[in-house]
Amino acid sequence: MPELAYANSARGHPAARRNIWTGRTFLTAAVFVATSAFAADTLDPAALKRLVHQDCGSCHGLSLKGGLGPDLRAENLQHYDVDVLTTVILDGIPDTPMPPWRPLMTEEEAEWIARYLLTPEEQ
Amino acid sequence: MKRFAFGLLAALLATTAQAEPMATGDLGLVIERARGSVLLVDQSDRAALARIEGLGDLSHASLVYSPDERFAYVFGRDGGLTKVDIVTRQVVNRVVQAGNAIGGAISDDGKLVAVSNYEPGGVRVFDADTLEMVADIPTGGKTIGLVDAPGRRFVFTGWDNGETWIADFSGPEMELTKIKDMGENPYDALITANGRTYITGLFGEDGLTALDLWDETPEPIRVLPGYGRGQQEMPVYKMPHLEGWAHTGEEFVLPAVGHHEVLWVDAATLTETGRTKTYGQPVFAMARPDGRHVWVNFAHPLNDTIQVIDTVSKQVIHEFKPGPAVLHMEFTPRGHEIWISVRDADKVMVYDTHTFEKLREIDAESPSGIFFTARAHRTGL
Ligand code: HEC
Repeated sequence: MPELAYANSARGHPAARRNIWTGRTFLTAAVFVATSAFAADTLDPAALKRLVHQDCGSCHGLSLKGGLGPDLRAENLQHYDVDVLTTVILDGIPDTPMPPWRPLMTEEEAEWIARYLLTPEEQ
Repeated sequence: MKRFAFGLLAALLATTAQAEPMATGDLGLVIERARGSVLLVDQSDRAALARIEGLGDLSHASLVYSPDERFAYVFGRDGGLTKVDIVTRQVVNRVVQAGNAIGGAISDDGKLVAVSNYEPGGVRVFDADTLEMVADIPTGGKTIGLVDAPGRRFVFTGWDNGETWIADFSGPEMELTKIKDMGENPYDALITANGRTYITGLFGEDGLTALDLWDETPEPIRVLPGYGRGQQEMPVYKMPHLEGWAHTGEEFVLPAVGHHEVLWVDAATLTETGRTKTYGQPVFAMARPDGRHVWVNFAHPLNDTIQVIDTVSKQVIHEFKPGPAVLHMEFTPRGHEIWISVRDADKVMVYDTHTFEKLREIDAESPSGIFFTARAHRTGL
């Protein structure tokens, strides 16, 4: 089987497709069509929080105070509403290092992150 | 007075009698990024010796060593510059020198420590002894790729303006040389071990730019312009780092950006000598000290894997998964072992570089950079 995995493009590689749903919620989501209301209880907030601080943090700083990318603390994102911010996360900002996250997460996950970033008490 | 002197002498005798003389040549420090601490480790014993705390925000932190391998200067993300004594195992000095720092370097004579900052953008230079600031060099933008160069010089580059500056501290007054047109959005740089060639990787265009520091007036030399032409760019979820180069055949091996491959460059002619497809976006491509193999780790979400590439055949000869979030690798100075930090496993793992066998796991909290004291004697590390 490893040969098969290699034959795929890097994008199609199983690890690249793996998202941050836990194995169980992934199954559940595959069985039922995930509406956003339903998805809300299948998201894994702890894993998403970790992703924000560790992986967004590699450019925006572990505490989101900025690095190569700008400060992402709530007071600096007030010019965004949830929808626009979700889109920025999913599609990135072309011609800058801000990458599109669509290949790695669902829209519900991006929206959860957008809400998280816009809520100062959360951080 | 006499009694006091006697007491002091007794105390001195007591401590010297207890404490074995401490050799530091096989020690190292591991950054524990979430906890704001460093872990003192012993290469020969493959063990952690002590945890030293109170260093602030250590995400993306790095450090350099004094020439006597006693002090480490730790550069934290929060702008903190902390001097750690690894013999007494304590923080001996700390200044918060800027709002947002990215890395540092120590001059060849060990007297000056330089820090590059994103906010306010530029480089600040400190007395290695006292941590008093001796020079402030604002660049007006985010500053990356700071290295030390022979002759009491520091070289660094602006992310926004694409200029490389050389700050020369060999005379009574600092002298600045500015080189324009290094390319669009340089994201990191390396200097070769002999201090001759400085290479910046570019994010804003496919290619790299080199400078020959032996030249009286160094000019930008384009390296592999348009290396990704015709291939689809892939998103980059973590910026690669440039560090280390392969000696075999006198080549550099460098991570591509937006392409899942490493690039081989002839060190003399700076022309491409090959490419090796990799598992993901490479972050570090580090040559084993003898230059025979290059170990590569990858950006999120493929950061659980390492590939080992043979520098003669340029083929991947080994691939394995140490665990979730492999952030950094450090070879022992002669290259017989490699230490790997696996952040989300909270472990540093030690591997034999010839058999690839795992030799030991050491507990560490969210470990990132691993730095052995032998770096004290290397230019550009
Ligand atoms: C590889 C580096 C990198 C990573 C990883 C990264 N970003 Fe960014 N991001 C940037 C850069 C650079 C910018 C600034 C782009 C520009 O010049 O406008 C940016 C901009 C942004 C902005 C716009 C900020 C503003 O003030 O307009 C948001 C929001 C953002 N990023 C969110 C995220 C989130 C959420 C993640 C993780 C899911 C993330 N970023 C991961 C580099 C990164």
